[in-house]
Amino acid sequence: MKDVHAKRFTDYVLLLAVLFAFLFALSFTLTASAQEPTPSDDDVNRIAKQLYCPVCESTPLDVCPTEACRQWRDLIRTMLTEGKSEAEIKQYFVAQYGDRVLAEPPNRLASYLVPAIAILLGVLLLARGFQMWIKPSKAEAASMDPQGKPQQPVDPYIARLEEELKKQK
Amino acid sequence: MTETSISAPRRGVPLWAQVLIWVFLVGLLAIVALGLRRAQQGTVQPGQKIDNFKLPLYSGYQIDGQSEINLEDLRGKVVVINFWASWCKPCEQEAAELEQAWEEYEPSGQVVFLGVDYVDTEPEARVYMKKFGITFANGPDLRTRISQYFRIKGVPETYFVDKNGVLQYVQVGPFTSVEQIHAQIDPLLK
Repeated sequence: MKDVHAKRFTDYVLLLAVLFAFLFALSFTLTASAQEPTPSDDDVNRIAKQLYCPVCESTPLDVCPTEACRQWRDLIRTMLTEGKSEAEIKQYFVAQYGDRVLAEPPNRLASYLVPAIAILLGVLLLARGFQMWIKPSKAEAASMDPQGKPQQPVDPYIARLEEELKKQK
Repeated sequence: MTETSISAPRRGVPLWAQVLIWVFLVGLLAIVALGLRRAQQGTVQPGQKIDNFKLPLYSGYQIDGQSEINLEDLRGKVVVINFWASWCKPCEQEAAELEQAWEEYEPSGQVVFLGVDYVDTEPEARVYMKKFGITFANGPDLRTRISQYFRIKGVPETYFVDKNGVLQYVQVGPFTSVEQIHAQIDPLLK
């Protein structure tokens, strides 16, 4: 009879031990899932590719291999962990290092107006150039007779001058 | 005699277009020339009066508790302006020498050291300053305004400004001994 009680006691102890171990393990799992999620490399690079390294020019921050860029990527990760938004992070970098770190120019009227005016001027000049280029060939085509032989060039200015001279006579 | 007016037909590029093309070309050339001139200018040269600038200071690295320093407020003192960054390995070579020199000159009250932290992040900058035991005033070069004014070519670079605010010497690259720093400061104190 004593053996049966002793065996039951041992079973209870074992059961309690297993239960305790299960709860202990569960508490770890809960603790792990309650932690703040760490921003992934993709999250960091999503912002980093919109910024340029001010030391090594023309290199986006997400692919820049220098120590300085590594530090800036770490800073982006830290700021994301702190709950900063993309706009806030970009604003911080502009305040620290200037507009030149932005991959896209800041949203100001002059940022669009100056290139737009330059392009417009370029298009106008090109159009004018093409117009001048095409005009002489048209004139040449008009100066051919039906047999394809070149006619005497008819300059309207000279023609008018001759007409006026005739009138004078 | 009757007066006859003969108007010549318009030929070639109109005058307004010619003027526009020339203005555009001259403007373009001027921009390129200015850029080239600036690129070849190098750093500011000794003998030049240094204009006032404001340097915000990192907490713990302030002067008399001020969070910002104006260069003009330091007239009458020799000012040593050191450009550095935590990612800059050559800067580490001179960090101990600069701190040693600062500790030697600080009691006199006649010399001020200003560390200008160039395109750096504050957490890394603090690690660097702690690592090398830096105690003199330091702050970030916000929007790289100060480094652009001095036209620095890299870090480290150190500028020695005399009591009248005139630049006297430029050290490009790290100092290798504290005597090198003495050699520039001592004549300015006489």
